[in-house]
Amino acid sequence: MAELYLIVTIGGRRVAFPASDVEAVVELEGLTPAPRAAPHVAGLSALRSRVLTVIDCLAALDLGATDLARLRDAVVVPSGGHPYALLVEAVEDVLDAEIAPGATRAPIGAGWDQVALGAIEANGDLLLLVDPHRIIAGQDAAQAA
Amino acid sequence: MDDLINEFLAETREMLQALSGAIVAWEADPANRERLDEIFRFVHTVKGNCGFFDLPRLQQLSHAAEDALAEVRAGKRTPDARLVSAVLAVIDRIGELAHALETGEAVPSEDDEQLIAGLAAAEPEPKAAPAAPEPEAVAPTPSDAPKKGMRSIRLSVDLLDRMMNGVSDAVLARNELARRLREAERDVVVEAAFERVSACIAEIRDAITRTRMQRIDSLFAPLPRMVRDLCAELGKQVRLEMDGGDVELDREMIEMIRDPLSHIVRNAIDHGIEPPDQRGAKGPVGLLRVAARQAGNQIRIEVSDDGRGIDAEALARKALDAGIVTADRLERMSHQQKLMLIFAPGLSTASEVTAISGRGVGMDVVRANIERIGGVIDVDSRPGEGVRLSIRVPLTLTIIPALTVSAGGQIFAIPRSSIEEILRAGGDSVRIETVGEACVATIRGRRVPQVSLADLLGAERAADPQAEKIILLKPAGGDLYALAVDAVHDHEELVVKPAAPAVMAAGIYAGTTLADDGRPILLLDPSGIANVAGVRVDTVETDRHAAAGVADSVGREVSLLLFRGLDDGLRAIPVPVVERIEDVPVTAIRHSAGKLRLAVGDRIVPLAGCATPPESDQLRVLRLTDGVTEIVYGFASVVDIRSLVLDMRPAAAPGEVAGVALIDGAQVELVDPYWLFAAHGDPVRDDERPVCALPEGDPWMDNMLRPLIESMGYRVVAAGEGTVADILIASAETEAPPPVAAGKVVRLRATPDSPREDDDSIYRYDRAALLSALSRSAGKERANG
Repeated sequence: MAELYLIVTIGGRRVAFPASDVEAVVELEGLTPAPRAAPHVAGLSALRSRVLTVIDCLAALDLGATDLARLRDAVVVPSGGHPYALLVEAVEDVLDAEIAPGATRAPIGAGWDQVALGAIEANGDLLLLVDPHRIIAGQDAAQAA
Repeated sequence: MDDLINEFLAETREMLQALSGAIVAWEADPANRERLDEIFRFVHTVKGNCGFFDLPRLQQLSHAAEDALAEVRAGKRTPDARLVSAVLAVIDRIGELAHALETGEAVPSEDDEQLIAGLAAAEPEPKAAPAAPEPEAVAPTPSDAPKKGMRSIRLSVDLLDRMMNGVSDAVLARNELARRLREAERDVVVEAAFERVSACIAEIRDAITRTRMQRIDSLFAPLPRMVRDLCAELGKQVRLEMDGGDVELDREMIEMIRDPLSHIVRNAIDHGIEPPDQRGAKGPVGLLRVAARQAGNQIRIEVSDDGRGIDAEALARKALDAGIVTADRLERMSHQQKLMLIFAPGLSTASEVTAISGRGVGMDVVRANIERIGGVIDVDSRPGEGVRLSIRVPLTLTIIPALTVSAGGQIFAIPRSSIEEILRAGGDSVRIETVGEACVATIRGRRVPQVSLADLLGAERAADPQAEKIILLKPAGGDLYALAVDAVHDHEELVVKPAAPAVMAAGIYAGTTLADDGRPILLLDPSGIANVAGVRVDTVETDRHAAAGVADSVGREVSLLLFRGLDDGLRAIPVPVVERIEDVPVTAIRHSAGKLRLAVGDRIVPLAGCATPPESDQLRVLRLTDGVTEIVYGFASVVDIRSLVLDMRPAAAPGEVAGVALIDGAQVELVDPYWLFAAHGDPVRDDERPVCALPEGDPWMDNMLRPLIESMGYRVVAAGEGTVADILIASAETEAPPPVAAGKVVRLRATPDSPREDDDSIYRYDRAALLSALSRSAGKERANG
């Protein structure tokens, strides 16, 4: 069954989020650090009167850290009653796609493995389908699971 | 149709909530016709409604209950414990079914028949089941009668929340606009328009905040039933007393307190109150008191029982076994500190886990929940005498008074409830020493551990430690410690929201909030910081005793509310006399009987603080109380609440202002509550005034004398058989005074000259003599009272 997916770039790779998980794509204005918080929490940012918890996807995937000086697009995902903003390198498009079975049998890397839901085939390209909630949960939760 | 069903379900739910007190009261006193009628009305309404909606199961149940209750009403049947339980079961099932209809779940129907059969008149059994111990419960004072004359509609909570969010957005947008306007060139017309918009937004925000308020009644309503069920289950007898149900609290806050409160009540009945045969001289029936009170901008909820209390020593031993405290530390702990161990994670006082309170949350979770909403929980107990738990929460969940500070270049907020004092590191009263790796601050002879916020956050400390500010914090249940920050900014009322779990994991945050400029600010959690920083908070107690003498010689610290009067003057008043702050419509103010007075509810209260009614629509007032009388005091705005040792210069003459003191470099006039109550307080109520009896049917006394006597503060009654009065006025010409039990008789004669030498009567127009006779009597009476 075809569904809508949001295509973004994380760590130089094009990946897809299920569009139903995504509330909005925003440009973050300002970032308040949250010292001592989990390592993948980049800080807090305000979206109108709401406080978004900003997630550094690279840190969550154990791929390094996002350069916070250059704030870019973020994908707003409500999870567990809190709004989160996932930092991504680029937001491409929302498109219809089909789940591509079997594609993730290839080793995709430890970080990705923990957040992958599968793969989709969009306009002839094979893209990793990523669960934003697992990114939000971060490394610790993933290792515990 | 869906709308109608939803309406019906909502109505049923509301009626059920209102009813739960009535059911328990009825059970305690089955002869109580009023309660019976109330329950009957409920099942009758449900029956009528569900016939309309074609809900056969609900109809069947309510019909059966109605029949049974109708028989009781007709006197054909006496309500026994069995019938009451059966009716309760049916009403519970009605609640379940209504809930299921809302959520779309199914409730198994097999035992509906059983419930209905339970209602059938019992065959008189020779051996009735042993009577369950009758739990007594006192229902909330009957405010059950629906309030008339108030138009209301039902609104979805979502819509309210959307409105609230919308207003918050509007406030932020206004702040942004204000900033831009300041940067731009001045334009008087634009600024005036902006002011108008600002005022409108403030007004809307205020109104919406009010829609969120709910009477704490709704929190108390399920308690009688809960107490009853627990008593039946545990074989205990408990009398429940509830007080203060009319205190209003943020709706969300009520939801947040609901679970902790019921947990505390469960604990009290399960572990606190003993079984009837073990209570000894205290009598078989335990007492559980739940009371709510508003004090300043806090709500205080107290749950107290007269049960066995907490054995602090046993608790301490248990904590030692569980590795929560070290033996070394335990030795130095005070009674209070040991009691507070009850809130330590992983410690249960119950020797066995019971079904009642052993499940689910412990007291540590209760405390965490209370603290999450900016509240404080305290425990007090004497073995054998009971436990008192008091919860203090801010008036609204969303708005917490806080202090903004900065460290490492970042701004944070600290809840004001835990701030004791703010000091300058370089000041005379503070000495900071390094002991090993730790910092210790000595403040007026009191030694407390010090934590640097910047170090804790892994940020750079300010270059000049002398410029740092020291904030003395006393977290709930913990002990005093000092937090060093780079700078202290401002007192603000912050709209606080919970932070995401990944942020809370840091252990030092209590939530997030937005500053005026729309940037997020993290709210610090004082007890979390103490934990994370590893502050050993146990040494303070002993030092404090040593330091007490020092503190006393300096003067007693008083808590003052700083405000701006209507004339814009800066004033302060002791916080304890302020009962609450309220906005009242100016239309309720009248210059009547020589004073400005305000109609509050069904009472008239003297208004001080202004000579004429203000011209605006609303007046902000302090409601002051001396425990007996009440005064309202008009003012413009609250500035701050401060605890400090006053150095006051007394006023030249006694008056509204007792004197002046320097607070933060500004001259602040201290309002003298003693003078206020003396000058404005209405004389004591009727029943406390001295009584003067006048002969009936004497027109002179009634028309001429009575006003004079009343102006002396007497309550005038007609002298007749059996009247009791402090003073009796009789006519000297009448032979026998009326048979009145009076403390003193004053006889008045119509002629100036005394007829006999030994006559003690007073010429009735001798005002001086009359007043002196009356006042002597009044004075004596007051002295006795």
